[in-house]
Amino acid sequence: MTAHPQDLAAATGRDAFRQALTEHAGQDPRIWCCDSDMGGVAQGFGAAHPERYVDLGIAEATMMTTAAALAAAGKVPFVHTMASFAALRAGEQVKVDIAYNNLPVHIAATHGGLSGGHFGPTHQSLEDIAVMRALPHMTVVVPSDSATAARLVPLLAGLPGPSYVRLARRATAPVGPAGRPFALGRADVLREGGDVTLVACGPQPVLAALGAADRLAADGLAATVLDMATVKPLDVPALVAAAERTGRVLTVEDHSVIGGLGSAVAEALAEHCPVPLRRIGVPDRFCDRVGGHDELLAHYGITDERVYETALAWHKGVDVL
Amino acid sequence: MTTTDQTATDPATTDPAAAEPAATVTDPAATATARTGLPLAERALRVRQHIVAMAASPEGAHIGGALSAADILTALYFDVLRVRPEEPEWPGRDYFLLSKGHAAAGLYAVLAERGFLPVEELDTYARSGSRLGGHPLRTVPGVEFPTGSLGHGLALGLGLALAARRDGRDNRAYVLLGDGELQEGSVWEAADSAARLGLDNLTAVVDRNRLQINGSSHRGNLADRWRAFGWRAVEIDGHDLDALSAALREPPAEPGVPTVLLADTVKGRGVPFLENRAKSHYALLSPTLRHRALKALAAASRTEQDR
Repeated sequence: MTAHPQDLAAATGRDAFRQALTEHAGQDPRIWCCDSDMGGVAQGFGAAHPERYVDLGIAEATMMTTAAALAAAGKVPFVHTMASFAALRAGEQVKVDIAYNNLPVHIAATHGGLSGGHFGPTHQSLEDIAVMRALPHMTVVVPSDSATAARLVPLLAGLPGPSYVRLARRATAPVGPAGRPFALGRADVLREGGDVTLVACGPQPVLAALGAADRLAADGLAATVLDMATVKPLDVPALVAAAERTGRVLTVEDHSVIGGLGSAVAEALAEHCPVPLRRIGVPDRFCDRVGGHDELLAHYGITDERVYETALAWHKGVDVL
Repeated sequence: MTTTDQTATDPATTDPAAAEPAATVTDPAATATARTGLPLAERALRVRQHIVAMAASPEGAHIGGALSAADILTALYFDVLRVRPEEPEWPGRDYFLLSKGHAAAGLYAVLAERGFLPVEELDTYARSGSRLGGHPLRTVPGVEFPTGSLGHGLALGLGLALAARRDGRDNRAYVLLGDGELQEGSVWEAADSAARLGLDNLTAVVDRNRLQINGSSHRGNLADRWRAFGWRAVEIDGHDLDALSAALREPPAEPGVPTVLLADTVKGRGVPFLENRAKSHYALLSPTLRHRALKALAAASRTEQDR
């Protein structure tokens, strides 16, 4: 049974992914689910497949190592925790036990970027993509809506090695039709235009890029918008093609400007197609402002207004960054 | 599996030293173990001789903790673990994880003696291009996981034991930890989960040599600590090969309760100038010291035989 698009549109990326995982595990007996007292997973996957569900408790390091051993024994574990705990608290276990051995453990992380909101910097994760991207063998994915989050499950389960996927805590509008082109390692070209390339990953950044593209269109400027859901391996051919066509690239992400999508794009462009680049993301600082996710994103300019204004001013020769 | 089948597949019988008849295998649980070879004490002596040789190689080795673990490793690989050296990934194998990965020289020595690698390969230890580095790599036959970062092995054993249990397989997982390693918090995460999950097919062995780089690793009553985490704790002489074998082979004494053996050992055991010295943690032996060490091992072995 596949998930219904109309249900998914209202679901969070997290819930859509978990539901798809529970359903897909019915067809793929290799799939296991490792929990770290996250809530919600036990009632879903745990109830449907108790023989393949294990809760390691509030022990993320042990969960990662256990998952590596399960994978070595032929299982395909999906582990559930928060981004900060996956990337840093248990980061050494992810590196040594999972990535080094190239074992198919799939890390499903919530609370990526500023989505921890008012929970503060302990529960925000502005560096998870940077950490995971630096690990050999690791595939890094940030789906931009619930439909693609759900579609990720069988794709990840088919990988020979590990992956890290950032899942949204809140429902957002779909960024495209439920059946849009979606494959690991492929950018989805949501808009095509010749004036500027906007590269984004994750729900709010991609929506901000799309909103900015609409505003730019009203001003007569045509933007290319790439949904770069797979940050690693980066779709360099699609990026270079867009950069060659537009001559300038603007990245948008819910992450530190150090080490994430903006850095990945900068590295690829510098080597393959050096065009001017600007990055919109969280500056190099901790966010100790109390507020909701949208408020914090707005605080750092991860909005369609800011993307629009930046692109427009840049086009006019006024570089605002 | 019949005894005849086992004789045919047991690589220990290809070892000229393993001339004894397979009839010495009396316990059905021993099907793939190497009880047919040299007496355990002689095997342990050879393991120690290899360790000394590796510590005398250009890079040196973690000799103190390898020598303290030598009897535990010998008992495991020659009298306990169901393994097939010619088929390291045999699905029916028992799992061994060297959580104190710095004792790699000890593991290489016992793997070579058991037939997982040519004994001559030990001469390549830590040299350019060798498979045998300062911490075990997964490319070494018989190594389940690369270790060396302390505090990982118990959760690896937990995962392997859990998979076996849920699959209905009877494989057991054995994890060798250092006593200094118990300072790593992840050990206690895994201890907590393993007990809660009822994994009585998981056995931990603590090589309690009571020393770490900066001095004493003694931290009070370890048995009480493990018991408080829901484990069955057994204190044992970590240099008594027969006692180690018996304790390691014992089926779970309490259903659903994992067992830890707190094995009292001597760091540097067998080489008097290294014994009970924190400085033996890592050493590069000069040719003179190598000679002295080998002489001491041989002398201790003769004394043992006279007894």
